[in-house]
Amino acid sequence: MSAEVADRLVGFVAALRAHGLRVGTGETVDAAEAAAALGFSDRGLLREGLAATLLHSTDQRRVFDTVFDLYFPRGVGAPWGDPGDRDDLRDRLAAALAAGDETMLARLAIEAVDGLGGYGSSPGADGWSSYQTLERLRPQTLLARVRDDLRARGGDVGFTDRLLEDEIRRRIEVFRALVAGEARRRVAERRGRDEIARRAVAPTADRVDFLYAGKDRLAELRRTVQPLARKLATRMAARRRRASRGAIDLRRTLRGSLSTGGVPMRPVLRRRRPARPELVLLCDVSGSVSGFSDFTMLLVQALHDQFSKVRVFAFVNRIDEVTGLLRHGAADPEGLGARIRAEANLTGYHGSSDYGVALGEFTQRYGAAAGPRSTVFVLGDARTNMSDPNLAALRQIVAQARHVHWLNPEPRSLWGTGDSAAREYAESVAMHECRNAHQLGALVGRLLPV
Amino acid sequence: MFSSVDDVSARLAESGYLASPAVATTVFLADRLGKPLLVEGPAGVGKTELAKAVARVAEARLVRLQCYEGVDESRALYEWNHAKQLLRISAGRDETWDEARTDIFSEEFLLPRPLLTAIRGDEPTVLLIDETDKADVEVEGLLLEVLSDFQVTVPELGTITATRRPFVVLTSNASRELSEALRRRCLFLHIGFPEEELERRIVRLKVPGIEAALAESVVRVIGALRAMDLRKAPSVAETIDWARTLLALGATTLDENVVRDSLGVILKHQDDILKAGAKLDLDAV
Repeated sequence: MSAEVADRLVGFVAALRAHGLRVGTGETVDAAEAAAALGFSDRGLLREGLAATLLHSTDQRRVFDTVFDLYFPRGVGAPWGDPGDRDDLRDRLAAALAAGDETMLARLAIEAVDGLGGYGSSPGADGWSSYQTLERLRPQTLLARVRDDLRARGGDVGFTDRLLEDEIRRRIEVFRALVAGEARRRVAERRGRDEIARRAVAPTADRVDFLYAGKDRLAELRRTVQPLARKLATRMAARRRRASRGAIDLRRTLRGSLSTGGVPMRPVLRRRRPARPELVLLCDVSGSVSGFSDFTMLLVQALHDQFSKVRVFAFVNRIDEVTGLLRHGAADPEGLGARIRAEANLTGYHGSSDYGVALGEFTQRYGAAAGPRSTVFVLGDARTNMSDPNLAALRQIVAQARHVHWLNPEPRSLWGTGDSAAREYAESVAMHECRNAHQLGALVGRLLPV
Repeated sequence: MFSSVDDVSARLAESGYLASPAVATTVFLADRLGKPLLVEGPAGVGKTELAKAVARVAEARLVRLQCYEGVDESRALYEWNHAKQLLRISAGRDETWDEARTDIFSEEFLLPRPLLTAIRGDEPTVLLIDETDKADVEVEGLLLEVLSDFQVTVPELGTITATRRPFVVLTSNASRELSEALRRRCLFLHIGFPEEELERRIVRLKVPGIEAALAESVVRVIGALRAMDLRKAPSVAETIDWARTLLALGATTLDENVVRDSLGVILKHQDDILKAGAKLDLDAV
């Protein structure tokens, strides 16, 4: 293997590592062997070969593909010279969409970025933009045209006809993704691969920031709830097993040793109480943090058989119990947030969150929910819109419950800035930064009582 | 075993398994690098079938370890044949202690289970460890030695190393997270739902007698259902079942009635059926 190829591969692996993929040296060597066995003539084969050797799970694939496109690009520059004008591109795109021809779509993406995506002329301020390309090309407006075109050809009569629009829409999405990838590649040529690989690659779903995740990323995130819950459940079961093996019961060991003349032949282990812990969630579901709260609620719901009782309370500035909504909503995670906001009584005279009032109301109306066997999780950014944080209420909850933890989706550096009362709350309760599903998983695994 | 990726595809196709490029590439690499292959993906996309197809192509013996909760060393690796050992002891009443002792832990009293069987054989072998995620974590520890060095240690006999490496396929539905150590020893392959074109070919291969137009409609409807975010998206096995059902019903084209009546073949949850019915504009079920 030539030194240049080896360098490329090592750089590629380093970029993957920078995105949180754990790739060891052993895998890199395997990848090199795979590359040698497959050769470099077929890019698709190389991609699959490297994926097989470097990846360990499915959710890493998205990052892998983006980084792969940067390090092993389809070509250099724009291979077909003059791309023709916008209308010509749109015509050919419509034809390719109608035929569902992915090779042609890929080629058109390259031409489109080259012809429509370039901006700027001075070095350092120029580049290629997928946004601009798509804005000028407007592939979504081709939908009707492609549909009518296909219908006119008469290929589709009858039942499958009603699937047509969705199919075309999906193909357009594919094309948009191709354009985004192509723009990234062209920019990478200009700015240097390593930098683009570091900055412009979307993270894996479990590392997406709750506060900034868009709608589709949140949907993707919701799909990771079940696997994450399964993982946590195994981890908790293992912890429980270990804990039950754990400590020696000195009193009963000594008692048992009487029959052997005081020599403790048979150590007796402490019996664990079979009671499972109770869990109480207090969730801020106001606009900005609702993504985070929804996700956590779903996670807790998926874990519910790990607890003897789970109660969930949602608040904006009034608090209401939503445990019931959560349980029979198992099949529809997407509508959860909307359902909670529609059916629970969460707001009083205004619509912005008020932690002080909500916490106070909790202690008054549901105070008994936080008992000596319960663990309370408060979810929210502690931005209380300048109103009284009501620390006394939180202290009361801390005094009643066995454990109280606060999960805050904001970066630690922002706590206490502006209207955030995070610092004040953090004095009476353990507050944890929890910005993505990865952190949440780690925290839940660590904090939940056995 | 294989000369190139194309060779893999062609020969798998001959034996009735149509492989996507990703599958063919990974099988080729697993063979070339001599590493186990960990296959993940939803139920019914042909993970187990792949192992069987490789065995057919390589004319190899297929040794299968079906994992389940509670599968342990004596089920996976080897057991001592206690009954035979006891017989041996009671049969040899007159011999000296030394003779009796050396005997009962020899190969003769060993009952090899799948892992040991696959390691010991001289003929080409495909070892299929099915539904690895169903087994307890301890079993993974057991697999590590087998998968990294292709050897098994029997305390009384010593280490048994494979003379001929088996081609190992592990499958998993990801119902439990497999350990990092196990993953590191394997090539990873995710088999998802196939591309439309490939699925059409699969349907026509598995359901001979279906017309091309119907096969295409079937695959398109299945594709639409998969895009719907159902509780259990239909996989290839369901596509084939559905195609067979339609053939048996004597349908030549899809229409609302046929789809409504046979939706239960593809969807396994009542709320999925309702959702799909609404989305596909079938009259209320």
